[in-house]
Amino acid sequence: MLTIAVSKGRIYEEALPFLEEAGITPTDDPEKSRKLILSTTRDDVQLVIIRATDVPTFVEYGAADMGIAGKDILLEHGAESLYEPLDLGIAKCRLMTAAHKDAPVPKSRLRVATKYVKIAQRYYANLGIQAEIIKLYGSMELAPLVGLADCIVDLVDTGNTLRANNLEPRELIMNISSRLVVNKAAMKMKNQAIAALLEQFELTLAKR
Amino acid sequence: MQQKDSWLLPEGIEELLPDEATYLEKLRQRMLHLLGCWGYELVVPPMIDFIDSLLTGSGHDLDLQTFKLTDQISGKTLGFRADMTPQVARIDAHQLKRDWPTRLCYVGTVLHTRGDPLEKTRSPMQIGAELYGHAGIESDVEVIRLMLELLGHSGIQNVHLDLGHVGIFRALANQAGLDQSEESALFDILQRKARPELAELIARLNVNKDIKAMLLKLPELNGGREVINKARLLLAKADTQVAQAITDLEATSDQLSAYFPSLTMSFDLAELRGYHYHTGVVFAAFVPTIGREIARGGRYDNIGAVFGRARPATGFSADLKCLALLAKQNNQNQSMQRVFAPHLDCLELRQKVSDLRANGQIVIQQLPGQLGGAKELGCTATLTQDQQTWIIKTLD
Repeated sequence: MLTIAVSKGRIYEEALPFLEEAGITPTDDPEKSRKLILSTTRDDVQLVIIRATDVPTFVEYGAADMGIAGKDILLEHGAESLYEPLDLGIAKCRLMTAAHKDAPVPKSRLRVATKYVKIAQRYYANLGIQAEIIKLYGSMELAPLVGLADCIVDLVDTGNTLRANNLEPRELIMNISSRLVVNKAAMKMKNQAIAALLEQFELTLAKR
Repeated sequence: MQQKDSWLLPEGIEELLPDEATYLEKLRQRMLHLLGCWGYELVVPPMIDFIDSLLTGSGHDLDLQTFKLTDQISGKTLGFRADMTPQVARIDAHQLKRDWPTRLCYVGTVLHTRGDPLEKTRSPMQIGAELYGHAGIESDVEVIRLMLELLGHSGIQNVHLDLGHVGIFRALANQAGLDQSEESALFDILQRKARPELAELIARLNVNKDIKAMLLKLPELNGGREVINKARLLLAKADTQVAQAITDLEATSDQLSAYFPSLTMSFDLAELRGYHYHTGVVFAAFVPTIGREIARGGRYDNIGAVFGRARPATGFSADLKCLALLAKQNNQNQSMQRVFAPHLDCLELRQKVSDLRANGQIVIQQLPGQLGGAKELGCTATLTQDQQTWIIKTLD
């Protein structure tokens, strides 16, 4: 039995074609069903529906053999104990810094609001900027407006939320897309099944 | 005044209660006995040691993981061992100085400042065996066999063996003439088998296209026995060390198959666990329910050089607590009969108790005025007087 961890929403939607070409169609729709474990049309494959940030944890511990997670999540989680063999090229967006329009960058300690604490720390350290990172769980855009932070580090897709709040994107930290991750022990013990699935995903990828 | 949380243990530090402790101790004895039967001599390295000697050789990666304190006598920094292998290597190289093969084993608690991300404990009980002074695959096969025997002996089933050889990546990196930062970037990517990142990095490297093609193939060289031939084909243009490494790996697995016909094995030529000190075959044991390896090891020649003597070496280690937990799931606890002895001033009773204990029976003496009786103390039998003699009577 192979267990694949996926998060609801955009990643799930965009991962479906990959799964379907491998003969894996979930028997329930996670948006409608409250089930957390979805059986599929393949007897040997099941999906678990979890929060995006939990995907690396489930796969690391072997609670799921494989998973689909954004590169942002993997970087923030620290994914040395996972294999990430494929870039599925789905759920694309950019990880960027953003600040109030025309706001000058402060000379002393920069205050940065983000949910990506580790990524932000590493990014500013590499630039040689001493930054104070403020961890938030949502509505990052609010922080510069109310004087909580000078800028934010967040995912930018269309940029509409930024514009609506008088913010502008500044520097690109990196392009993000979703990766296929595999548990290290599963890669060794269930090699045939996983290798076959990887190959199928690569075929789908090549067609795009 | 009693503090409310004075019972609290530090994170990742655990205590073992009687049941678990007894089981662990029995397993430890059985394992040491088996190691002894294979000719591995027990050594007991110190718990704390000078940091310089703990962090040499195979200990390089352990700087952050080692608890440190200052020695009031020498003024130097001491470390609480995070791994016993460097200490055992020192014993072989500096104390024993034998010219023939030396087989050593050890068991003891090690401490880690930060637990492994997957293994929450910070105080594993490391058990391991090292074989010094022989450079052929025969010694690799011996330690792998010993590791598998130990796991089997402790009742752990469905063990899966993963084999790799760090010499392959080392030779390719060498052939490509990579500098240190390129090599460590490559190492990081291969550890994660991140193929897209690998392609990006390799496109940037200034090396010839044959080597590029070979490096690109590394993350795909994992799976069953077929990997060996695939590697021969794909890495044909590599230096001779690579061909030699593949041949060694094949011979190792052939010999192991002969000893363990039903053993499932996989091969992973990009597996670089302990890359900084390993020099040859590396291996790890997995079981289906655990997402990480339960025992690991490999060849690490010349580690002893820093202690005065370079010697070929190979060995393995595991966390005994983790093994005990796994083994316990598979074994019913066959606890010994516990006999209850009533509190009575009687010479015959005292003699009977002494005799039973001398025969290895567990006898628990009742204390005057105590709470609870035979049952509460976990006894399944009690001593009762039948005419003039004391006999063991099984309780219902």
